[in-house]
Amino acid sequence: MQINAKDLDHRQINDRIRDVRESVLIDGCLGQRFIAAGMSGKDIVITGTPGNALGAYLNGAVITVMGNAQDAVGDTMNEGSIIVHGNIGDAAGYAMRGGSIFVKGDAGYRAGIHMKEYEDKIPVIVIGGRAGSFLGEYQAGGIIIVLNLWEREKKIIGSFPCTGMHGGKMFLRSDPEDIVFPEQVTARPALKEDLLMIRSHVLKFSELFHTDAEEIMKGTFTVITPDSSNPYKQMYVQN
Amino acid sequence: MYKECQIRIPSGCAIAAVISRKGEKMPGNLIKEAMVPMHERSNGLGGGFAGYGIYPEYRDFYAFHLFYIDRSIRKDCETFLKEHFEIIKAEVIPTRKIPSITNEPEIWRYFLSPLTFMLKSLQLDEKEFVARAVMHINTGMNGAYVFSSGKNMGTFKAVGYPEDVGDFYRLEEYEGYAWTAHGRYPTNTPGWWGGAHPFTLLDYSVVHNGEISSYDANRRFIEMFGYKCTLMTDTEVITYILDHLLRVQGLTLREAASVIAAPFWSTIEREKDISLREKYTYLRMLFPSLLITGPFSIILGFTGGLMALNDRLKLRSMVIGEKDDRVFIASEEAAIRKMEPDVRNVRAPEGGEPVIIKVENGAY
Repeated sequence: MQINAKDLDHRQINDRIRDVRESVLIDGCLGQRFIAAGMSGKDIVITGTPGNALGAYLNGAVITVMGNAQDAVGDTMNEGSIIVHGNIGDAAGYAMRGGSIFVKGDAGYRAGIHMKEYEDKIPVIVIGGRAGSFLGEYQAGGIIIVLNLWEREKKIIGSFPCTGMHGGKMFLRSDPEDIVFPEQVTARPALKEDLLMIRSHVLKFSELFHTDAEEIMKGTFTVITPDSSNPYKQMYVQN
Repeated sequence: MYKECQIRIPSGCAIAAVISRKGEKMPGNLIKEAMVPMHERSNGLGGGFAGYGIYPEYRDFYAFHLFYIDRSIRKDCETFLKEHFEIIKAEVIPTRKIPSITNEPEIWRYFLSPLTFMLKSLQLDEKEFVARAVMHINTGMNGAYVFSSGKNMGTFKAVGYPEDVGDFYRLEEYEGYAWTAHGRYPTNTPGWWGGAHPFTLLDYSVVHNGEISSYDANRRFIEMFGYKCTLMTDTEVITYILDHLLRVQGLTLREAASVIAAPFWSTIEREKDISLREKYTYLRMLFPSLLITGPFSIILGFTGGLMALNDRLKLRSMVIGEKDDRVFIASEEAAIRKMEPDVRNVRAPEGGEPVIIKVENGAY
């Protein structure tokens, strides 16, 4: 089933997706927001540029974007997958509580902000390129992985990562020396058992985007976790 | 009808721009179309555009665009204009009646040349003279409002959705080498025609998405230099700050950007280039009251170029793309792809990183 998104607004697109039982191709998207919001049990492929809050509250559906995605992808998503073959805008995985987001390219600012976890609900974000500033801001749970596979000119992540982080784990495929972390987190080289935790996600990434998982896993990884003996105090007011 | 500053409504916006590096002309409907995919970022309470290079036949004259609430205030204002300027041409700005734009004021356009003897007797340079005239009208003549005052550029704004505002002003009939656009979602003040963006002074125009939290601190400082913030909207104060830093203080665009979106002290401390570190420190010490805090993404238009800038925390989105000699800027990539489906090099600048695009070799 194919939906031509031209001249359709977000409500019309979502109504048509709901009418489809399983897989659907949305062709020629241009900025329509909230696509597939709250949906489960569908396989949705999108060409063009979907608008903000793609897959918000997603509850099990699989969304594949062939190009770039805009801001707030997977806002508060609960289950399912969002796969982006290009880059992703700001605040990806905002308050995400389950499911996974795979981005081949780069992520904007604040990826994984307010991510959380509960028992077996552990959300995962895998970014193939680099991520902007404030990565994992107020992260409370889940796993954020940045692989830095493409560009070498800019640093793997921007400034102020893990600001307010108090749960979950972050993995950066790099040495930690160049990056300034806040005092309330601990950054250390990843050990074998740490890497076991991300292996299946890297395999999935490689399967989706045709990269060499073994080669990726050979790189140096830094793992960042909150230091509970020294909790987060404040960022915005002092400056 | 409420004007700005008579009521405060506590409560996002859309911005877009395009420029030709070769100075080639593009019709106004190109930028109007860019606002369509971002419709939901506005709420119908304000839309507007600025076009650069649109008045080539009057390029040597200040193009004033004015709103008047009635004929009598227009007569008073025209008397003032005649006392200070040679009026080369005065006309009603052509508009198109459309159901979605109503309650329009009288909308006039004047091409003006300051009277030489006035300049001499006041010992003012031409631009300062013009800026003072704008301030005089906007603060002293109730019911008259200058919403555009640069040379070979013009602003067009109204209450309505930006696409409709573009139709209303027949934007397709103008051609410019650069355009900016704004769709408004007013958060603090009711939508009034004067309160729509772009905000302008001389050839500077600003479109802004965000809500600055330093408004009052900024306003108190800038009003010491003769600017009067009449509309209680944060974009107006940004416009005056940029005019003050660029025209009056003579800062470069980059310097002005590092005043209003100053790097954090912690970032300055880590700067490896000593001269840059000293410069940032100097500018922060010199202009502490012009630091703009809170979320903003702005596009500044000026003769021959554009500058895009995010707040240093990047609390608003902004995307840039290129194709051939054209550079596109917008709150959302979809807006850029509406203008140019085959856009290349799409990227999001860092918070506080100014992106400056100029027409090459002064070809405007």
